[in-house]
Amino acid sequence: MARLRINGVEEEVAATTVVELLTARGVDPTARFLAVAVNGTVVRRSEWPSRPLSPGDNVEIVRPFSGG
Amino acid sequence: MTDPLMIADTALSSRLFVGTAGYPNQQILLDCLAASGAEIVTVSIRRISLEGYAESLVDLLGGRHRLLPNTAGCATVRDAVLTAELAREALETNWVKLELIGDRETLYPDVEQLVRAAEELVGSGFTVLPYCNEDPVTCQKLADVGCAAVMPLGSLIGSGMGIANPAAIELICSRSSVPVVLDAGIGTASDAALAMELGCDAVLANTAIAKSHDPLRMAAAMRAGVEGGRLARLAGRIPKRRFAEPSSPQLGLVGS
Repeated sequence: MARLRINGVEEEVAATTVVELLTARGVDPTARFLAVAVNGTVVRRSEWPSRPLSPGDNVEIVRPFSGG
Repeated sequence: MTDPLMIADTALSSRLFVGTAGYPNQQILLDCLAASGAEIVTVSIRRISLEGYAESLVDLLGGRHRLLPNTAGCATVRDAVLTAELAREALETNWVKLELIGDRETLYPDVEQLVRAAEELVGSGFTVLPYCNEDPVTCQKLADVGCAAVMPLGSLIGSGMGIANPAAIELICSRSSVPVVLDAGIGTASDAALAMELGCDAVLANTAIAKSHDPLRMAAAMRAGVEGGRLARLAGRIPKRRFAEPSSPQLGLVGS
């Protein structure tokens, strides 16, 4: 288990990669229009299966919403 | 396309950009976008809800419009740049409507940070359209760092106050080396028409449509306003005179 900050909330998670984290949170990693950043840097979709997550990582998971 | 708007070598069919926030429901949003004729529609980038994952707005808009992500709400260069980078990854577009807010109450841009963020994003290959003050110097600086257009505010975001300083907007349009898209403050169709008559290349409207009593009709009105204003600008208004000038012939008056 690692303590991560996910979309602003600190949580203990078992996931060790971005794909594992998305799947564990019920987010389909093949869904279009998703984007992920770890520690302020975008992680490209192709790197989601391999990008390891470490304790203290700050993860942002976003998608488009309505806006002006 | 007889009168395309060119931004960053891209020809756009409509001079009306429409925002996607605040409509009564998604069907009205879709109908309004269709009625507006808008090619470019704006979206925000937000954290997903980890409670549940529903159909995305973008799925509904897919293919019909060119999505322009914004950095709305960002207050630092770092947040704005990261949001733009996430938008590029999520939407596979390098276009971004750059917003860098300096004051939560008025939503006025933070000009100093805005120029820095714009320069950084241009350097990273983005096509940057910054929301900015209606100030010719700021607009010039943004164009100088490589922005593809400038988006000066007509008045405060969501205020519906129209164009508070038409002389400044006209001045910006007369000097700008990049297209000028009037952003923020549009309240009704005549505001959009005025923007175009002042020389703006396009107008962005959101709240004026979304919060209208009849959003669908207002979307059509905005489209007509932008088109009318553009035609009037191209035609050229007559000089203003201090005295009357009769339009009917002076000769052949009955009884003379």
